[in-house]
Amino acid sequence: MTRARRFGHFWWDFIVGDDWVVAVGVVLGISLTWLAADHGENWFWLMPVIVLSLLAASLRRATARGSDGSPVQCSEGQEVTG
Amino acid sequence: MPALKSEILLLAAVALATTVEMVEALTIVLAVGVTRGWRSALMGAGCSLLLLGGVVVAFGPAVVHIPLTGLRIAIGGLLLVFGVQWLRKAVLRASGYKALHDEDATYASERAAAVAAPGGGAATVDWYSFTVSLKGVFLEGLEVVFIVLTFGASQNRVALSAVTATVTALVVSTIGLVIRRPLSRIPENSLKFVVGILLTTFGVFWSSEGAGIRWPGSDGAIPVLLLVVAATSLLLAGALRHQRARLAATRTAP
Repeated sequence: MTRARRFGHFWWDFIVGDDWVVAVGVVLGISLTWLAADHGENWFWLMPVIVLSLLAASLRRATARGSDGSPVQCSEGQEVTG
Repeated sequence: MPALKSEILLLAAVALATTVEMVEALTIVLAVGVTRGWRSALMGAGCSLLLLGGVVVAFGPAVVHIPLTGLRIAIGGLLLVFGVQWLRKAVLRASGYKALHDEDATYASERAAAVAAPGGGAATVDWYSFTVSLKGVFLEGLEVVFIVLTFGASQNRVALSAVTATVTALVVSTIGLVIRRPLSRIPENSLKFVVGILLTTFGVFWSSEGAGIRWPGSDGAIPVLLLVVAATSLLLAGALRHQRARLAATRTAP
């Protein structure tokens, strides 16, 4: 792996982690909230609902991988945060 | 009054995150220092702290000058991605799907690796100790810097956040270096759960505000959000624990 790729990989792991769907969901959620606010709607409940749904869905995906009830195996990058 | 509450929560988040990360960094430095000598291990940790200080000095004043609306969208979004990761892992740990973080086990494995590594010697720099310490402190510290800058900038309190993190780091490292053992009695896994909840709460609050939302009760909405995020996370952890127990029972049934 080249130095640039390792550098990029480190930051990807550091911020996005192993579930990129959460990152995409957060960006979409903020965009939707911004659009709503731009049209005069004060949907303050939208981001909490989206974020908690993303968390639940992410947990569902993680535990589906360890569906026998055994501990979930984590990538090295996951250990960087949390 | 609500503004004061949100500041207290902000400082609590910075202090708790710093405690968690410093306990992890300290375990690495202690393992290397006890096994191969303190000089190079402390040099590595010191260089890393200088590097982290440089990151704060370089980016701290810059982020303060970014317009608050854009800053809150960007920082709220980053905090959310980061916070949901923490929370996800905390829930997985609490439900037994992921092994708990064990500082004693980390300490033992770092010590074994330090013993096995070649090199050392009192007169020269032990590059193994130096590098392992530098890398460990830098990686853990970078998360603290990230939290200090994002939390501090969004509340216009970068200096206060940095002072809180520095004092917490000094207290934790002094205790660790005095007792020369990993701080395994600190309830690290529970602290990580709390930090995940705080990061997610502030992430939701700031990203929504940056996108143009007016929160009912202004800053007073933060404790309510905190309760909602905490309750949902605990419910998810409980449900997963139950699911895991049911799967284990099905597996052992004849």
